[in-house]
Amino acid sequence: MTDTLTPILTKFWDAPQSWTLATYEQHDGYRALRKALDMAPADVLGAVKDSSIRGRGGAGFPTGMKWSFMSPPDGGPRYLVVNADESEPGTCKDIPLMMANPHALIEGVIISSYAIGCEHAFIYLRGEVVHVYRRLLRAVEEARAAGYLGDNVGGKGVKVNITVHAGAGAYICGEETALLDSLEGRRGQPRLKPPFPGAAGLYARPTSVNNVESIASVPGIILEGPDWFKGMGTEKSTGFGIFSLSGHVANPGQFEAPLGITMRELIELAGGMRQGHKLKFWTPGGSSTPIFTEEHLDVPLDFDSVAAAGSMLGTRALQVFDETVSVVRAVSRWTDFYAHESCGKCTPCREGTWWLRQIMNRIENGQGTQDDIDKLVDICDNILGRSFCALGDAATSPITSAVKYFREEFEAGMHTPAHVLFPPEKSVLFDVQTKETSGMVTA
Amino acid sequence: MSGNDTSHASGHLHLRPESKEPYAPDVLEQLRTDAAEVIARYPQKRSALLPLLHLVQSVDGYVTGRGVSLCAELLDLTEAEVSGVATFYTQFKRHPNGEYTVGVCTNTLCAIMGGDQIFDTVAEHLGIGHDETTADGKITLERVECNAACDYAPVVMTNWEFFDNQTPESTVQLVDDLRAGKEVRPTRGPDRVCTFKQVSRVLAGFHDGLADQGPGAGPASLLGLRIAKDNGWTAPAGESDSTAAPTDGTEGSK
Ligand SMILES: Cc1cc2nc3c(=O)[nH]c(=O)nc-3n(C[C@H](O)[C@H](O)[C@H](O)COP(=O)(O)O)c2cc1C
Ligand code: SF4
Ligand code: FES
Repeated sequence: MTDTLTPILTKFWDAPQSWTLATYEQHDGYRALRKALDMAPADVLGAVKDSSIRGRGGAGFPTGMKWSFMSPPDGGPRYLVVNADESEPGTCKDIPLMMANPHALIEGVIISSYAIGCEHAFIYLRGEVVHVYRRLLRAVEEARAAGYLGDNVGGKGVKVNITVHAGAGAYICGEETALLDSLEGRRGQPRLKPPFPGAAGLYARPTSVNNVESIASVPGIILEGPDWFKGMGTEKSTGFGIFSLSGHVANPGQFEAPLGITMRELIELAGGMRQGHKLKFWTPGGSSTPIFTEEHLDVPLDFDSVAAAGSMLGTRALQVFDETVSVVRAVSRWTDFYAHESCGKCTPCREGTWWLRQIMNRIENGQGTQDDIDKLVDICDNILGRSFCALGDAATSPITSAVKYFREEFEAGMHTPAHVLFPPEKSVLFDVQTKETSGMVTA
Repeated sequence: MSGNDTSHASGHLHLRPESKEPYAPDVLEQLRTDAAEVIARYPQKRSALLPLLHLVQSVDGYVTGRGVSLCAELLDLTEAEVSGVATFYTQFKRHPNGEYTVGVCTNTLCAIMGGDQIFDTVAEHLGIGHDETTADGKITLERVECNAACDYAPVVMTNWEFFDNQTPESTVQLVDDLRAGKEVRPTRGPDRVCTFKQVSRVLAGFHDGLADQGPGAGPASLLGLRIAKDNGWTAPAGESDSTAAPTDGTEGSK
């Protein structure tokens, strides 16, 4: 039986100067690289495949399989691109990982590059986290100085270099093909698939785009073995992951656990709901995954169980809201987000998110009309499955799921503003001084 | 307010005439030297465009006409192509930015935990709204989207450094301190917040040597680890634990 929590990537985040090469090496750092370099690249890839690790960036595609689907070597360049754009609302695991333990990612990049035959890897980091960028730049410098990067990695004649690239603010650049366009110096708009990046990705060369946590998990798999990895989690969702609890729990934070832990267990670890309040709704994997309620507290948080219950494991971004929160207000704000971040390339999403936003804002203000709920659901129907990329689909998830579980709150939006039904000051995490606006004299 | 009249989201870059004035020779020379270093990081030079736009902002404080021209020249692009990219990304500014960007996260989770109250209070205190700059040129106020720090909600980013668990009062204090020229320390970041131009240079990939400052992780990041330690919970042992040398074949752990 595995322990409830299994600190691996988070194991020494509390060490002084946890981010340095010296600290990393004190904790077995770069041992996996040495082991990998003694293996054939195909065997490294085989080990990752055997671990059955599924991508940690949201979609859960098996990492080893993605690598083996890349077009075979033809003598030209092949690329590994790490997706460090972390911008899905609620998602906050990769950023603290890279801040506290950047070498786990760097070692993962070197081993993964070796496995797929990449000599120049990229880390695409969202631009809005400067200190994380500093830590990554520094980690690359240290790794290069130690001979782990460069033209003769570990003295074995292997060539791997890393460029850490900062984005400039755009959620869509987390979508893997938009990321590639952005990395090529263009507007970040998704590409038509096929061809998939494995055939024609960065500079039209075979490319694997992988999430930070996926790649950072590779050293452990190599050092401890695929069976070790499979010993955690469930049969089809192997291994561990970082679960991020935020919102109305007593103690929000990060919990590294085997896949399959439940929300009930996690909320308990977080000290329960904040004092005197009860759970109303939560997201299992960020705002793009349909919301859950109390009835889903015992759903094992693995890819298949969450899907069977009608949502997605996504990025394990568990945002928790208590009974003081208007679901309409929450969804309305997420809808603003999708409308703002829609890249404009395809009509269903560009126009649809704009309409969804109009309607959601009106319902939030208590000015919804009789047929607004039907109209919302209808527009969602027209976006879902008809958009060019998954952002369009994502924009519909909070709406359709919230209507399903809390239809009466949308109906109330035909006459009463959300802030009247659910005064916002009851939801905030600090004491609010309810001050009278000076211009308003109460008789 | 510094020039927000031209800031409306028409999708075009409105270039003020003075933003096209040529760079001083020494500034231009330094820019070219830096740009060459940026371009050398990539197999194809167009990939250098985003970092080069950050570099332009590190000198000009926003994306200027002359900056656009320089990027176009260096990368063999048209000015329209460069502008088209610059207008796509929210971190690229179309008008002079304040010395400090104060970004209040108002995505759903932070908004509900208090981000909306923080934004309203600070906006009223400064007398400016979203994407506007105080008359002294010190502060540009923004609503920002989820910044991957939800476990520290409500979050405020100052020049893209983390200010965790904020309140309206703490944020008013923050902007007052910034305007008074006091050193301000992020919750998780270097010892003090750098200026917009300094930070833009880092985003262009020029390390400022501050990586070793500040904590590795905040308390929320460490919560699970602390609980695991208290309970003696660990990950299972793997191959590396079973004696020293990797054995071939006869392992018991199958
Ligand atoms: C709108 C949108 C945003 C995304 N943002 C991210 C992100 O920030 N980080 C990430 O790893 N994957 C993100 N993804 C998923 C990526 O497209 C891709 O599936 C992932 O990076 C693959 O990595 P993995 O196989 O390791 O999970 C996003 C997808 C969409 C549609
Ligand atoms: S679904 Fe939205 S984000 Fe994706 S391509 Fe279409 S417009 Fe762009
Ligand atoms: S919602 Fe504010 S940091 Fe995530």
